[in-house]
Amino acid sequence: MLKMTHLSKAYRTEVVETYALRDFSIHVRPGEFVAVTGPSGSGKTTFLTIAGLLEEFTGGEYQLDGVDVRGLDDNHRSRLRNEKIGFIFQAFNLIPDLNVFDNVDVPLRYRGFNGAERRKRIQQALERVGLSARARHFPAELSGGQQQRVAIARALAGDPKLLLADEPTGNLDTQMARGVMELLEELHRDGATIVMVTHDPELAIRAQREVHIVDGQVVDLVAQPRVAQLVQAQA
Amino acid sequence: MFAYYFGLAIRSLKRNVVLTVLIIAAIGVGIGASMTTLTVFRAMGSDPIPGKSDQLFTVQIDNWGPNPESSGPGSKSHRLQDQLSYTDAMALMKAHAAKRQSAMYASGVSLTPANPDLLPFQLHIRAAFTDFFPMFEVPFLYGAPWSAADDTAHAQVVVITRALNDKLFAGANSVGKTLNLEGHEYRIAGVLDTWAPIPKFYDLNDERFSKGADVYLPFTRAIDEQMEAWGSVNCRDNAESGWQGRLRSECIWVQYWAELPTSAEQGAYRRFLDNYAAEQRSAGRFHWAPRTALQNVREWMVYQQIIPDEVRILVLVSFSFLFVCLLNAMGLMLAKTMGRSRDIGVRRALGATRRAVFAQCLIESGVVGLGGAAVGLVFTWLGLLGLRALLSAKSVELTHMNATDIAIVVAVAVVATLLAGLYPTWRATKIQPAWQLKAQ
Repeated sequence: MLKMTHLSKAYRTEVVETYALRDFSIHVRPGEFVAVTGPSGSGKTTFLTIAGLLEEFTGGEYQLDGVDVRGLDDNHRSRLRNEKIGFIFQAFNLIPDLNVFDNVDVPLRYRGFNGAERRKRIQQALERVGLSARARHFPAELSGGQQQRVAIARALAGDPKLLLADEPTGNLDTQMARGVMELLEELHRDGATIVMVTHDPELAIRAQREVHIVDGQVVDLVAQPRVAQLVQAQA
Repeated sequence: MFAYYFGLAIRSLKRNVVLTVLIIAAIGVGIGASMTTLTVFRAMGSDPIPGKSDQLFTVQIDNWGPNPESSGPGSKSHRLQDQLSYTDAMALMKAHAAKRQSAMYASGVSLTPANPDLLPFQLHIRAAFTDFFPMFEVPFLYGAPWSAADDTAHAQVVVITRALNDKLFAGANSVGKTLNLEGHEYRIAGVLDTWAPIPKFYDLNDERFSKGADVYLPFTRAIDEQMEAWGSVNCRDNAESGWQGRLRSECIWVQYWAELPTSAEQGAYRRFLDNYAAEQRSAGRFHWAPRTALQNVREWMVYQQIIPDEVRILVLVSFSFLFVCLLNAMGLMLAKTMGRSRDIGVRRALGATRRAVFAQCLIESGVVGLGGAAVGLVFTWLGLLGLRALLSAKSVELTHMNATDIAIVVAVAVVATLLAGLYPTWRATKIQPAWQLKAQ
């Protein structure tokens, strides 16, 4: 589904070249739920933005659902992003002018679906996250947890191959965070491929696999059974 | 997607009403100032008789000879006279060398209304030949022009304007009724429909932008009645005194127009004029080589400098002001766009191409432009009202907006706003979604 091989990302100025990712390789298979962890500045978000085709990389290879994305122009990248990727952001990133229905509608508009198809998908997505009754509400009228659910519905509506979540519970209290995590786990059980960046080890161990990044490199692909990790974390 | 982007534009503009109002006001004020001057400029320079302006020619004949103080061709003193003497005008009428032709001049009389409730009042007169009406395609509401026989017979007939007919006869068909002009009864042959070419190209000597005459009557009759010219009368040397002296003099005070539809007819008429001037020289009246000219309507307007330099400068200044207003609007739009960076970044992340962002922002600029056009129309209307108060009553026709003027205001406002919005729009397409998401 997502395969990066010896990928690098460097930010260059006239005097210095800083690597955000270096010799970075990762392979996420269809149906996997992968947690990406690491300290601040380790390159987690850079990985996520490159994975989400929001940023170009400097070297190496990246295949998304079998498509080599290197050198694709803006139109192709945008289309690929729209069709294959669903984003869930830490700050929800709902558009405040638009109500819930219209927020979920945004990626579908760029997909070119007709009105009936969009309405059907929006209703299904909102039912999936339990917010079909709030379709006409504006983001400011919802709790943080509800806003994140709307963001998840927006990510799901286009039926993407890959869900990319950036600290999806980072702005939520414990109870709301639990609810969002349970929803992600439910989506995973239903077959969704999820890559989640998180600081929180408790969340990370609930993923199927954890990838740890330090200084822009994958340092540890944890292969321990998840239950054992959970026990360790609680201890 | 247009409807979607249009809806988004409305939402976006509602989001920050103060900023939106400032942008629209900046555009509206600039549009109002520039369109006020442009409307006047266009009215001054517009083709007053489209479709026929290249077939109608005014005639110039040098009956004064070279000016010894002339500094050469092109100098003002070297210009041919703008009007003809009565002698030349009558000679040309007699020759009847064009398809249609008319000598004419402006005058005035007092009218004593049949209705005793109305006091006598002055009327503007145009003395002309019957060809005046078909030549200038003057529309008739009732009746028809007087006949060529009426011209020959010096008949006491008139054609009146619709406005005068409304005033005297309450808009009813007055053909066959009479008007008392200076104590003489004139039979009404026809009533004109609304007709007021701007500028009044057939007589640019005076009141160039006025509505024109109230009453038209045969040139021959006006001469018989010794109706004094109300326009410019220029004499050289010692002209004889008295009416008959005026008619025999070299004073110039008669306008002369000929309809010459084809280039062959125009060439033939030029040769005819030169031959006429040569004959006058042979007869001892002119002592110089023939100097004649034919100028069609548009050439005549340029020759007469129908648009003063002051108006051109005013238009330039007002458009400079519009430019400054648009720069302000551009700055405000840029601030607005940058304030929406996060939303644009989110849209990009959700699949919007740069082209889609460009289209969305450009349509928003277009909506702002429409708002600016609406405000600009109001300011233009107010500006023209102000001008109307400043200008003389004879020039108020310049301050009327027609459908074309309104379309120009809307088009200029929208196009100018789109241009002003290009830079903010371009900046919007350069917003990096990754930076927005990293910055959260």
